[in-house]
Amino acid sequence: MNNNMSGSMTMTQKILAAHSGHDHVYPGMFIEADLDVVLANDITGPVAIKEFDRMGVDKVFDCEKVVLTPDHFTPNKDIKAAELAKELRDFAREKGIVNYFEVGRVGIEHAFLPEQGLVTAGEVIIGADSHTCTYGALGAFSTGVGSTDAAAGMAMGKAWFRVPAAIKFELVGALPTWVSGKDVILHIIGMIGVDGALYKSMEFAGPGVAALSMDDRFAIANMAIEAGAKNGIFPVDEKTLAYIAAHPASTMTKTPVIYEADADAEYESIYTIDLSALRPTISFPSLPDNTKTVGEAAALKIRIDQSVIGSCTNGRLEDMEVAAQILKGRKVADGVRCIIVPGTQEIFLDCVKNGWAEIFVEAGAVLSTPTCGPCLGGHMGVLAAGERAIATTNRNFVGRMGHITSEVYLASPAVAAASAVTGVITDPAGL
Amino acid sequence: MGKAYKYGANVDTDVIIPARYLNIADPTELAKHAMEDIDADFAKTVAPGDVIVAGSNFGSGSSREHAPLVLKVAGVAAVIAPSYARIFYRNAFNIGFPILESAEAAEAIDAGDEINIDFAEGVIINETKGETYKAEPLPEFMSKLIECGGLVEYVRTVTTT
Repeated sequence: MNNNMSGSMTMTQKILAAHSGHDHVYPGMFIEADLDVVLANDITGPVAIKEFDRMGVDKVFDCEKVVLTPDHFTPNKDIKAAELAKELRDFAREKGIVNYFEVGRVGIEHAFLPEQGLVTAGEVIIGADSHTCTYGALGAFSTGVGSTDAAAGMAMGKAWFRVPAAIKFELVGALPTWVSGKDVILHIIGMIGVDGALYKSMEFAGPGVAALSMDDRFAIANMAIEAGAKNGIFPVDEKTLAYIAAHPASTMTKTPVIYEADADAEYESIYTIDLSALRPTISFPSLPDNTKTVGEAAALKIRIDQSVIGSCTNGRLEDMEVAAQILKGRKVADGVRCIIVPGTQEIFLDCVKNGWAEIFVEAGAVLSTPTCGPCLGGHMGVLAAGERAIATTNRNFVGRMGHITSEVYLASPAVAAASAVTGVITDPAGL
Repeated sequence: MGKAYKYGANVDTDVIIPARYLNIADPTELAKHAMEDIDADFAKTVAPGDVIVAGSNFGSGSSREHAPLVLKVAGVAAVIAPSYARIFYRNAFNIGFPILESAEAAEAIDAGDEINIDFAEGVIINETKGETYKAEPLPEFMSKLIECGGLVEYVRTVTTT
């Protein structure tokens, strides 16, 4: 079982060892780790609450370390969704949970938690949402779990893990114009497949990391799950620490802890990715690994009915900025609905302050309050039979955004905005 | 035990239970929509003891525990696949829903085959074809979870002793 007696560990393994009282952990080892944050939302939270109640526990393990975010079917899309949101709210009040955030303050969880300083480097975080892997961008071990795991986490402050092996992605070079973190991760998923990193860590490293913005890193770590990974993780550098310093928590004290992979850490495979060679990349229906470059896609002149710019993958400030840059002075094409969803209230406010809100509305786009709604076919942009959307979201499965015959093409904000203008999938460089 | 339903690779949680139904809190009501986006007849025809046989990476996508839950509530006795998406894998064990890893069985079993499973031995029996297949042995920790009846009972055991 223990195929690495040298004691060297990956970054993920070091964080897990430190949180489980072990000097050394190895792939395949089962451990119980202490949790720094346990997250749930309005869909997974109510199921977790039901299981929590069955566990025969009165109190959550820590009133500050449980974070509850009503962000999926909110603002409540119907009566049933309202009942679920109410269950989450009532539980938060009853248990005295400090980090419950109401509609009007809450954002899309994986844009919101880092912005509010609720997660930091070196932590072990679980969330009852698959995209919880986003916080790996900050150098944390962070992974999605189900509701029962979240319930056990809320009760005990612990979770069981099978220690993952790792794949290393050595990034070199810097991204060209109109190419973003989203394109990096779509390219990687296209290369290794939707189960290419199954059960494993995706560890990003190399000189190319420094050139990536934090928003790029969040988008990359966010979609690690789309390659089947347990987590995606970035080393902590000056940019990470500057981001953390600029986003202090108002509800609690957090201290980043830096872990580094050992120089002789073992990886199952190592890929070198030359960022400067990447092109805007698009995932065709109905799996994220079905990728083409923007050139290949544009040549097909694929008509779209809707363009969605937002989500936990791409609802951050830089995503809004690039959308504004492209939509400025232009109009959304006839027959296209363009829906822009800033990830958090703070980002929404920045859109207003920077004049981007005006650009979006004048272009003929919808500017929505933060919600996960359209990404999972919940509300705010559900597709009819046969309709086609380009979206900066993370999944293009059958029926993901609406009717089972509708289609989703995953892309960066630049490509989604450019396509909204022309009505066909378009290379932003050609506008 | 029951008959096999067969599906391809990468069956995701969005087709196991589409998000548009996740506002439904009652598991029995929710289970009426199980698999509906890839098999409209599944929920109407599935009988207790039936099994789902599928390709690799079963349960990919969303962390929704509603996915293994609707299969369990619909009466599915087990899922057999060469591999599982990791969150679905955790969730299944956490709620005490048996899933077996067997590339051989996933390949050989056809839709409608009559299947029996010896969980203790990890053996899958195809009554229709007169074949048996071996499933991957469970890690000790996972066996313990199943023995306890799931994570809730495991936590109860831990917190009361």
